Formats: sequence, structure tokens, C-alpha cells
Amino acid sequence: MSAGTGADGIRHRGLRFEEQLIFEQHADGRTGVDLPEPPAVADRLGGLARAAPIGLPGLSEPQVVRHFTRLSQKNYAIDSGLYPLGSCTMKHNPRLNEKLARLPGFADIHPLQPQSTVQGALALMDRLAGWLRALTGMPAIALSPAAGAHGEWTGLMTIRSAHEAAGDARKRVLVPDSAHGTNPASAAMCGYEVAAVPLNARGRVDLAALKSALDGDVAAFMLTNPNTCGLFEDEILEQAGAVREAGAYFYSDGANFNAIVGRVRPGDLGIDCMHLNLHKTFSTPHGGGGPGSGPIALSEALAPFAPVPYVVGGPDGFRLVEHDGGAAFGRVKRFHGQMGMFVRALAYILSHGIDGLRQASSDAVLNANYVSAGLADLMSLPYDGPCMHEVLFDDAFLKDTGVSTLDLAKAMIDEGYHPATIYFPLVVHGALLLEPTETESRESLDHLVATLRGIVRRALAGEADAFHAAPAHAPRRRFDETAAARRPVLRWRPPGAEDQAAE
Amino acid sequence: MRYLPLTESDRRAMLAAIGVPSVDSLFRDVPETARDPVFDLPDHAGEIEVERDLGALAAQNLAAGSAPFFLGAGAYRHHVPASVDALIQRGEFLTSYTPYQPEISQGTLQALFEFQTQVALIAGLDVANASMYDGATACLEAVGMARRVTRRRRVVVSGALHPQYREVTGTGLRFLDAELDCPAPDFDGTESLAGRIDQDTACVVVQYPDFFGRVRDLAPLAGACHAAGALLIAVVTEAVALGALESPGEMGADIVAAEGKSLGNPLTFGGPYVGLFACRDRHVRQMPGRLAGEALDADGRRGWVLTLATREQHIRREKSTSNICTNSGLCALAFAIHLSLLGEAGFTRLARLNHARAVALAERLDAVPGAAVVNQSFFNEFTLRLDRPAAGVVDALAARGVLAGVPVSRLLPGEADAAPLLLVAATETVSEDDMAALEAALREALR
Amino acid sequence: MADLRYSEDHEWVRVEGDIAVIGISEYAQDQLGDVVFVELPEPGRAVAQGDEAAVVESVKAASEVYAPVSGEVVAVNDPLADDPGLVNREPTGGGWFLKVRMSDPDEVEALLDEPAYRNFVSTL
Repeated sequence: MSAGTGADGIRHRGLRFEEQLIFEQHADGRTGVDLPEPPAVADRLGGLARAAPIGLPGLSEPQVVRHFTRLSQKNYAIDSGLYPLGSCTMKHNPRLNEKLARLPGFADIHPLQPQSTVQGALALMDRLAGWLRALTGMPAIALSPAAGAHGEWTGLMTIRSAHEAAGDARKRVLVPDSAHGTNPASAAMCGYEVAAVPLNARGRVDLAALKSALDGDVAAFMLTNPNTCGLFEDEILEQAGAVREAGAYFYSDGANFNAIVGRVRPGDLGIDCMHLNLHKTFSTPHGGGGPGSGPIALSEALAPFAPVPYVVGGPDGFRLVEHDGGAAFGRVKRFHGQMGMFVRALAYILSHGIDGLRQASSDAVLNANYVSAGLADLMSLPYDGPCMHEVLFDDAFLKDTGVSTLDLAKAMIDEGYHPATIYFPLVVHGALLLEPTETESRESLDHLVATLRGIVRRALAGEADAFHAAPAHAPRRRFDETAAARRPVLRWRPPGAEDQAAE
Repeated sequence: MRYLPLTESDRRAMLAAIGVPSVDSLFRDVPETARDPVFDLPDHAGEIEVERDLGALAAQNLAAGSAPFFLGAGAYRHHVPASVDALIQRGEFLTSYTPYQPEISQGTLQALFEFQTQVALIAGLDVANASMYDGATACLEAVGMARRVTRRRRVVVSGALHPQYREVTGTGLRFLDAELDCPAPDFDGTESLAGRIDQDTACVVVQYPDFFGRVRDLAPLAGACHAAGALLIAVVTEAVALGALESPGEMGADIVAAEGKSLGNPLTFGGPYVGLFACRDRHVRQMPGRLAGEALDADGRRGWVLTLATREQHIRREKSTSNICTNSGLCALAFAIHLSLLGEAGFTRLARLNHARAVALAERLDAVPGAAVVNQSFFNEFTLRLDRPAAGVVDALAARGVLAGVPVSRLLPGEADAAPLLLVAATETVSEDDMAALEAALREALR
Repeated sequence: MADLRYSEDHEWVRVEGDIAVIGISEYAQDQLGDVVFVELPEPGRAVAQGDEAAVVESVKAASEVYAPVSGEVVAVNDPLADDPGLVNREPTGGGWFLKVRMSDPDEVEALLDEPAYRNFVSTL
């Protein structure tokens, strides 16, 4: 036992605590709640009362609070530092949103209460939909999808329904090489084949290739705009014309809407359907991987095929339409969507107002270009011209250094940053995608640029070994992910139980 | 604007550094016809104004906590310990991303590993994923997984599955090469699904306890499924029930798709909630969603990483097991914290408490003239048959400030048999006074 | 290993009578990195040339393995289930994937021989 190691074999260092699993902190007789002993009743469980213990650990409240507090301290977060994760829009998450979402009038209402008792909730959904209609310039909003990918799937279901209703069943969806993986995955879940469209030398969709791929079997073209290279698709009107001419629909992945909200309306670009990630553009928190919310905006042609439910207003107040008698394809989620996220997003929208939203997208683009300008001489930009809200580098500048994009990302951790997005998009070699967001100050950007310049200089100076060993200052060093995947351990089991569990 | 740190002089200096005259010039790739439309929308507002504005909307709603409240039907109101919300609001959890960089995401990853273990334990299965959007989408994903595992097309869905889960499943299969066998709503509990299983059946989907509250042994159906090479999917919409009832895995279910909202998460008008998804080890490669797994770092220290990612959309694209990316991370964390606080003793006691409340309420309401409890068995929710359409009664009681339950016709509007049926749930949050208020109001309404 | 023939999808074939032993090339395993999982077909399955016959996965990538010849799967390399690293260590030996009883042995003739494959790889 080394100095400072406790009887449990654990050694803390300063504010960096080691923390065992809750299952390893169990003691019989402990609990973190005080519930009354239930009155004795003759049970009506149909003879299926649980016979064996479940195996859940018992901990007291202070232990649980300390446990999860210590765990939290092992996470990087926007609240702690700049989080330049391209394509993910890690902007500040205002706490006003959290406060309002927790008002009992929003947090403590049941989705199936009589509608007369939830008029304020329906009004909020209607107001949010109104803002989203105005900001997208598109006439219909379906609020219910649970996240961006769920919105993609819902949008494509809408498109497929529209084609089938017109007796024009189609089988293929076109997706650029640079698309998020969710795009082809969502298309496959709608029963579509997926075909890729290449980019041109300027990092945009190759218009000629798109036109030649658009035949009578193409249902939709899915485009992220600004695209995943951080560039605005400057031939988007021509793309839209070609898509329309082919009888297909133009789907826009709205993951990057935060770059243009308040300045450009997708409806003006010829978009038929677009999902909005409320957890990106409209600041609802990412929460370590959700929950999100992915409402979709629909054009006039697609509006009749929107899923249920939706809110309609009338002289007697608001009404939720939960059944459409089979007019469209139905329902994508039980109940009415991510209400908690609607409250947060609307609080953010009202706080910013149209002037603030426009300023936010302007600042997001300004910040990305500022970072780009600060690094352009040292790192390699695959495409010319201004970027939008994020800047994409390739790894040409690391050639012959023995340092990979991954190493560079891990080195950022040691300097107090969350790494940029790496190896995405797939269209450039060793991609490094930086998205500073509008909620970073100039001083903060200057520090990021200076830090990255220092890292790159060290890479160029041949300090490859140090890079391969990074990070050194995080709660953990690099993991053996190969071993983890070869023999996956996906849950805790009591000591000695591993062998009997293996099949 | 309080969320934007740049000053006007910052912006000028930054534009100069970039070498462009204005921000507009950075938007030069936008087609001219689409630049800067006129919006008829209000400008920014301070915290006071926004709080007043949305607070007024919140005040128009009748909060469950301010009325005798008996709604369930897939969303159950439970007490959430104060420390749950305090912990999930820690910025390191709230404002972090998906833990793709494990060295600086051990908090989220370890919590997910604990969550996965808890879910597997209560489901009675080997492994669970890091969450889905909600119970209904978890159900749809389970059906997709069963189709991949068995390479079969037919899906049999119980008539006693929550109608909206049935709708979501139907939506998901609509354009796929699949056959959905969806018998009529099982109002009287006489449904027999075993006879519907054939050699092309991928899975049978049943709810436990079912939509009408009944608790049925899944073992015979599991046996019938397995004899035909099909999987049994058990849907659980009330996770607390698993503290009192035999687990679906123990009875032979191959996949459990559940709604986890009951632990740690408020009602919030239906979302965000958290889908629980558990299965057996041998099927894990066909599982949708993220998985946290144990790993060793370069110093040999234990930690956690996202693993088996080749199943997922960011690697496998159109061949992935699901398109899911963002899931319900923070809701899963709330679930994990709440269940950690409960522990074995608290969770099972909570379940017994729910059942005892429901038994007491059922006895009271069964004695009301014009009302009769339909169920032989139930956990914390049962079906009441009224002598008139339940929707009107619910509205009348709501007007008196009593939220009586969910009329089955709200979810099955086209079914005449549904009209007199009322789903009534009683959890630990229901007091004796609440029960007395419901009983009295119901007597009055049914007179 | 002069007896190996290759496809442009980086599978190799070694003919043993009417049986074709199939695996992935040294180049393919190197590009993929540490193999963590191999999904193999069920024996008895019929595969046509170009069909997806197996899947090979590393931590960050998954690749289909296409049948370079047509026929019936008669055996798969079960030890890969416990030791997928065999594919990295012995790609053209102990790391084989499956054996197919060929229905059209002439298909082998159209595959690349060792020098031609090496030449092909050098252009990538």
C-alpha cells in the first residue's frame, strides 16, 4: 500500500477524487429515502409478486450526493470552459431556462389532463411553433420529434407519405459525402436506399453530380446547410430548383441553423422540410447526451402530411389534435413532444428576441472566422473563403510530424480545453472542426488561438512522443478501447459472478 | 444582450483581424434574394420580462400537485427526492456533451455504467443501453432489433399495449418490409397471442402490467415465442412496478423496453422522459443506442468508455442498428440518482406503497354506485367501468378541481367499448384526503 | 503465399480442391487497425460473388467482407470469436474467415494474383 492509499485501495489527489461504483458502496440496511411502511393489504399482483431480491445497492443520501458530485467533477462542461466541438454547438445554457421549465405549471402537468386544464401549455407550444415558423419562413411546424435524428426520420416519413399519397412511390434518398451519420441511418429507417453525392473542390455539393443523380426514383435530397465543412452552400437555389424539377423534396438538416437564424430563412432557400435541434440553436442543455428536441418545419406541400399531435387555436382556446383519422402517417412519439425543452427554447428565444438571435448568429460566424484567421498560417484550411459558425482544418500541417489529429485533440485536453470534433466530416483527411459559438468572449478566443498555436508549434518541433502520451492531466489517460470492445463489460456484477454470467 | 460577450469594439477589432469590412461580408455566400428578410418579431427581453411572460402561461395550467390527482396511462407522478434535481443541475452534468472524450467525461460515463446496471437488474436481463428517447420509441427499437436478430418480418403486438406505443410501432414499420399483426384492443383480457406466432414471426410485444393495469405471467407466452424462434418483448410503462413484480427477464422476455420517467423525472406534460432498453448478452451486437463499458487507461486504472460503437450511426451510417444519436442522458442520470437513493429497500418499499394505495383506492371506488373495478390484478393503476362515458365525467371532475384519471377513449377514440372505461392510478403521492375527494366527487358525478 | 488470389475489395482466396478459403489481406487488416469483432455467416448459406459474407470491426470502423467467389459456406473460423486479433496477427493464415465450396471455380481465375494485387494496393 503506497502512502496516502486508504484501506479500500483508493487514493485521492487534491480535489481529484477517485470514486467507486455505487454497487461497491452498499451496506445492508442503508437507504437514502424515508418512506412510510405500507399498510398491510391482500395483494392483487396476480400471483406475480417478486420473489428474489433485485440486487440494488443501499446508500444513504449524503453518500449519494457525494458520489454524484464527485462524478460530476470528472466531466468537462461548457460551464467550466470553452467547448469548441464542431457541429455540436456547445454554447452557454442559460439558467433562466432551467428555472422556468421547473415551474409547477410546466413541470407538474400530465400529458393527458383535460385540455381545459393545460391551456397555458398548449399556448406555449403554439407560441414556440409561431416563432419557428417565422424564423424558418416555413408554414408548418411539427413539434413532437424527440431529437435531431428523430426529426430527420419524421421528416422523411412525411416526405414518403406525400409521395405515396400522390401515387409516386420513390425509393432513394441522396446524401452528400459530408453528411452526419444520422442522415443515411434515418433514410434507411424509412425504407429508403441511400446514395452519396460528392462535394466539389470548394467543399460544397457538386451541382452537376447532384443533377445527374436526381432521377424519378429519388424521394429527397438531404443537405446540411451551412454544411458540415462549415460552409454555406452557395448554389443552394440551383440545388433546390433541380430537386423540385425532379419531383423530389429538399430536406435540410438543421443542425447548423445556429449560424444563420435571424439572418436567413430556410424557406427562402427552397427547403421543403428541416429539423431544428433545440439543444443546439436554441440553447437547451446537452445534458451529457440528451435529452434533445427536434421539431420539424414543413413547406406548404408537406404540411398536410405532418404527424400528430399538433395544436390548433380557436375561439374557445387551444386544442390538441391527437388523432387525424389516418390522414397522415400517424405518431412518432407518445404524448406531445419534449415540453421541457419547448419551455427552455422559448425562454431563450424571448430573451434574445429577433435582434438578439440575429446578433447571436452574426457573432457565432464572426468568432469562427476570427479563430480561423488566428490559425490559418500555422494550420491547413482545405477550403478558401469565409466559413460560417465553424472552421474546418485538415491534417496536412501535421504531415511527417508523427502527430495525428487525435493526438492534437488529446493535447488540447492537457491545456484545459475540450477537443474539437475530429475525423468528421469524412471528406477531408484528418479533419479538425472547431466551433467556438457566440457565447465566447474575444479574450477567450485569443486564449484558445494562442494555446492551439503553442500545441501546433510543439507538434512541428517533433515532440511526437509527448503527444502520444497526452492527456497527462485529465482524470484518466487514454484508454485501451480495443480491449474494451473485444471483451465488453457493460454492467457491474458482484465479485465472482463474472464467470457464471458468461455464456 | 446578456448572453453575448462581444462588445462593439471587439467586433470591429476582430473584423479587422479577419480582414473584412463587416459581418455581412462573411455571409457573402448566401444568395442575395435570401439575405436579411424582414421579421415581424419582438426584440430581446430581460429575465424579469421573460419570467413574467412564461410564468403567466404556467399559471394557466392546473398543476398536478395542487389537485387530487390520479392520472397514469404511461406517465406516473412520483415524488422525486430534492437531491436528484440539485445534482442533475450541476453544470458539469447539465452542460456537457455526449462522452466521446472519455478522459474528461468519466463522470457521465460512470453514471451511465451504473444506470445500465440498474436497468439490467430491474428488467431481469443481462445488459441495458445508455437510454432511448422514451418507452414508445424504445419499443419500436426493440421491434427493429428483433427483426434483425431473427431475420423475420412479422411483428405481433398485443391489444393491451398502450395505444400510443402501438401507433408509434405502426409508424415505424409503415414503410419497411414488415407485417404488423395488431389485434383489436383487449378490453376484457381474453386475448391469446400464442396462436398468432408463426415461422415468420420476429417478435411478440406485450405490456407488463398491461395498458388496462392487468398483471399477467409472461412465461407461457415466452415459451411459445421461443418454441417458434421468435423473441418476446416486454414493455413496461411504469418502472416502479418492477419493485413489486417478478421481472420480465425472469419470466423469459428477451428484450425489455420501458419508460423510465417514474424515477427521477417530473411529468412535464409528457417529455422529456427516458427510454430503458435491456436485452440478453447474446443479442448485444444488435442492440440500438450507446453503451458505456469498462476499460483500463494507460496507467492501468479502471474507467469507462463508450464501446461497441460500430453498431451506431456515426460509424455504420445506413447500416447502423438505429439512427439515434442524442438520447436522454440527463433523464437517465436523474433515474440513476433516484434509484441510488432508493436502493433495494427503498425501491421495493416504494412499489409496495404504490400498490397499497391503489388497492385502497380500488376498494373505495368499487363501492361507488355506477362505478366498478374491472381488474382482477393490478399494480398501481386499474380500469374503472362507469355507467356513462368516462370523458364527460373526467371533465366534470376537473371543473371541480379533481384530476380523476385518463378516459380510455382519449387514446382509443374510435372504440365504442372504450367509452365507459376510466384508467385510475394511485402512487405514493396520493393522500387519504385525495382519495376521499375523488370518491366523493365521483359519487356526485355519477348520481 | 503465391497461392493466394485477391479481390479489389481486399479479400484473399486460397483454393484447396473445390473449397475456397477466404480472408482479408495484410493491407486490409493494417488499414482497419485492431480487429475487435468478426461476424461470420452460418454454414450452409449460399453466397454469390460480391455478396456480403462477413463483417469485420475495429473500434472505430466496420467493414463488410464480400464473397470473392460463389458457392456454399461450409465452414467458418470459430476461434475468431474469442480471438479476433488473429486477423491482425495472421491475416492470411490463422485469421481466415470462411470456407466456401465453389460453384464456379473459374471465378478464381479472374481474381488478382499476388503481384497484380500488390500493384493495385500501391495505387491506393
